[in-house]
Amino acid sequence: MSTAAQPLYRSQRLALRYFTAAIALFGVMIAFGLLSAAYYLFPSMLFNVFNFNTSKIMHIDILVIWLLMGFLGAVYWYLPKELGREVAGIRAAEITFWVFCLAIALVAATFLFVQYGSANEFTLWFINQGRKYVEAPRWAAIGIVAILLVFSWNVVGTCVKAHKMTGIMWVMVLDLIPLVVVYLDAFPADTNMSTDLYWWWWLVHMWVESTWEVLIGCIMALVLMDVMGTSRRIVEAWLYIEVMLVLGAGILGLGHHYFWIGTPQYWLAIGGFFSALEPLPLLGMVVHAVYDAGMHRLRTSNQPAFYWITAEAFGNFIGAGIWGFMMTLPQINLFSHGTQWTVSHGHFAFYGAYVCGVIAVLYVAKQRVTGVPLLAGHTWRWGFGLLNLGMVGMVMALLLAGMAQAFYGRAIGGSTLMAFTTASENLWFKSGMYARMLFGVIFAAGYVALVYDLLRAPRSAALPAAQPQPA
Amino acid sequence: MDIQDPSFWRAGAVSTTLVMLVVLAFLSVDSMRYITAGGINVPGYEVINQHIGYEYDWNRRADVPVIGGPEPLFGKVVAPAEAAALMRTGKLVIQGRACMDCHTIFGNGAYYAPDLTKAWLDPAWSQIWMPMTGKATREEAMVEFLMHPDKYPTWTRAMPNLGITEAEARATVAYLKWLSAIDTNGFPANFGRSMQ
Ligand code: HEC
Ligand code: HEM
Ligand code: HEM
Repeated sequence: MSTAAQPLYRSQRLALRYFTAAIALFGVMIAFGLLSAAYYLFPSMLFNVFNFNTSKIMHIDILVIWLLMGFLGAVYWYLPKELGREVAGIRAAEITFWVFCLAIALVAATFLFVQYGSANEFTLWFINQGRKYVEAPRWAAIGIVAILLVFSWNVVGTCVKAHKMTGIMWVMVLDLIPLVVVYLDAFPADTNMSTDLYWWWWLVHMWVESTWEVLIGCIMALVLMDVMGTSRRIVEAWLYIEVMLVLGAGILGLGHHYFWIGTPQYWLAIGGFFSALEPLPLLGMVVHAVYDAGMHRLRTSNQPAFYWITAEAFGNFIGAGIWGFMMTLPQINLFSHGTQWTVSHGHFAFYGAYVCGVIAVLYVAKQRVTGVPLLAGHTWRWGFGLLNLGMVGMVMALLLAGMAQAFYGRAIGGSTLMAFTTASENLWFKSGMYARMLFGVIFAAGYVALVYDLLRAPRSAALPAAQPQPA
Repeated sequence: MDIQDPSFWRAGAVSTTLVMLVVLAFLSVDSMRYITAGGINVPGYEVINQHIGYEYDWNRRADVPVIGGPEPLFGKVVAPAEAAALMRTGKLVIQGRACMDCHTIFGNGAYYAPDLTKAWLDPAWSQIWMPMTGKATREEAMVEFLMHPDKYPTWTRAMPNLGITEAEARATVAYLKWLSAIDTNGFPANFGRSMQ
C-alpha cells in the first residue's frame, strides 16, 4: 500500500499544499483562541484597539476555513486512488488553491486593520457581515462558492472521466449539493432577526451536523480501507447506515436551534426528540472502529493515523453526541443556551469530529510521502497526548464555568446585566476561565509537538521491516 | 432482505433523507407564519410605539412579552414605513459592528457580554445608566451609552467604543425595543426576577 513505489499524482501534490495551509492556519487559529481567552482574564487588554469580537471572529472563521482546507486536501488526496486516475480539471484546482490563500489573506487583513464598518451595504460587501462563522465580507463569500464549485467539478468530472463510481463516491457527490447550496446562506442580511437566524442555522447546523458529518464519514471510510485494510463492502454498508442515521436524526434535529428564536412551540418537541437521537450514528461509528481494530488485532502500518482515527470516533461520540445531548432537551437548554456550556460542546464536537479526522489523514499522507513501510515511533505520541489532554481539560473547565452561568446567571439570577456580571464574578466561573487558559496552553504545546513530528523525517531505518499487511 | 448487503442500507439512507427533507420543508413554511414581522410570534416593527413588558404566563408556563398601551420611542410616534427603515439601519449596525461576536441575541452569538434579547427591559437602564449618563429617559440613556460605552462601564469588562453615530444609536435602540417584543417561548427565563 503505502510504499512510495509510484510517484504522487498532481492531485496529491495539491493535497499536500492544502494540508500545509490547513495546519498553518490551525496554528493561527490556536493563537487567536488563546488571545480570545485572555480577554476573560484581562478585560482591559487592547481595549478600543483590538476588541474581543475581532479576536473571536479570527478564531472561529479560521476554524471553518482550515477544516474546509483539510477536507479538500483529503479528497484531492484520495480521489485518484479511489478512481484510478488523475483528477479532472487539476489545473483549475491548482489555481483555485492560490486564489483561496489570497482571499484568506485579504479578509484577515480587513478584520485585523479595518474591523468595523458603518451601517450600510458597503460594509457587508467589503468589511464585515457580522453573522457568526460567516463574518467574511460578501466578496469573499462569493469566492468560497467559486472554490467549492471548482472542487465539485473536479470530483464529478473525475468520476465521469474514470467511468467508475463507488458507493463512497456516490455519497460524496450527493453531499456536494448541500455543501454548496446551504453556503448560499452566507449572503442575506435580513432585517428580521428571527428569520435571519432561522436560515442562518440551516447553514451552521446543516454544515456541521449533517453535510460535514457525511463528508468526514466518506473520508474516514477511505482512511479505514487504507490504514486498516477494512473491506469495501463493510465500509460502504457502515457509511450508508451512518448517512441514514445522521440525516434521519440531524435534519429535524435542527429543531434544537429553534427553541428560542421566535419560532412556534412545536419545535421544542420536534427538536428535543430528533436531536436526542443524533448521538446514535456517532455511537455506531465507535462500534465500527472498535470492531475493525479488534478484527485486525491493532495491527496497522500507520500507528499515529490509527490512534487519531480512534480518537475521532470517540471524540465525535463524546464531544458531539454526549456533550450535545446534555443540553439538547429544552428544559435544560433554556438555562444552558448561549453560555460557556455551549462553548464546551462546540470545542469538543469540532475537535472530536473533524480535527482528529484531518490529523489522521495528515499522517496517512506523511507515510506515503516518506515511503516508510511502518510509521511508528514515539514523538507523535507527544502531539497526541498533549492535544487530547489540552482539549479535554479546556472542555471540562468550560463545562464548569457554563454550569455556573446557567445556575447563577440564568436560573437564579434572572438573566439581566446584573445577573450576567454576578455569574461572571462567581468563583466557579473565574476558576473555569483560568483553567481553560492553562489547558489552552497545553493544547498549543501539543500543536507544536504535532507539527514537529509531521515535519520530522521518520527513522525508518531503525525500524523492523514491513509488517504483514492486513487483507 | 439481506442486511449484509450495502444496497439495502443505501435504499434506507436515501428514503430517510428524502422523508426528513420533505417534513422540514413543510415545517419551515409553517414557521414563517410565526416569525415574519407581523406574524404570530414576531410583532410588526411599529410595535416600538407601544409599551412592552415581559410577564410569566401560567397557561404557557413561560415568560411572554406583553404589549401594552402607547409609549412612543423618543416621544415620537413613527409610521410603519419609518419604523421599518429604522430597523433596517439598526440591523446593519448590529452586523457591521459585529455586536454578536461579543453579545448574544436570542442566546445566539458570543458569550463575552450579556444577552440582548431583553436588553430594552433591563433594570440597569433606570438603576445604573440613567443616573450615570444624566439622561431623563431610558432611550436617551441607551443612545448615550451606545455612543460612548467606554465612558460608562458598570464593571471591569467594559464595552468598547465602536464609533456609533447618533442616528445609528437611535436606530439600534429601536431595534432592541422591537426585539424585546418577540415571543421567544420563555427565553430568557425569570428575566429581572432575581431570587438572590
Ligand atoms: C467587544 C465586545 C462588545 C461589542 C463588540 C459590543 N458590546 Fe455591548 N457590551 C459589552 C460589554 C462587556 C457590556 C457590559 C458593559 C458594562 O456593564 O459596563 C455591554 C453592554 C451592552 C448593553 C447593555 C446590556 C444590558 O443588558 O443592559 C447593550 C444594549 C449593548 N452592549 C449593545 C451593543 C450593541 C448594539 C453592539 C453592537 C453595535 C455592542 N453592544 C457591541 C461588550 C460588547
Ligand atoms: C459534529 C457534530 C457537531 C458539531 C461540530 C457541533 C458543534 C456545535 C457548535 C459549534 C455549537 C454552537 C453553535 C453556536 O451557537 O455558535 C453547537 C450548538 C449546539 N449543539 Fe452541537 N455539534 C455537533 C453535534 C451535536 C449533536 C449530535 C447534538 C445533540 C445531541 C448537538 C446539540 C447541540 C445543541 C443543543 C446546541 C445549542 C447550544 C445552545 O443552546 O447554546 N450538537 N454545536
Ligand atoms: C488553545 C486552544 C483554544 C482556546 C484557548 C480557545 C478559546 C476560545 C474562546 C475564548 C472562544 C470564544 C467563546 C466565547 O464567545 O466566549 C472560542 C470559541 C470557539 N472555538 Fe475555540 N479555543 C481553542 C481551540 C479551539 C479548537 C481546537 C477548536 C476546534 C476544534 C475551537 C473551536 C471553537 C468554536 C467552534 C468556537 C465557537 C463556539 C461558540 O461560540 O459556541 N477552538 N474558543
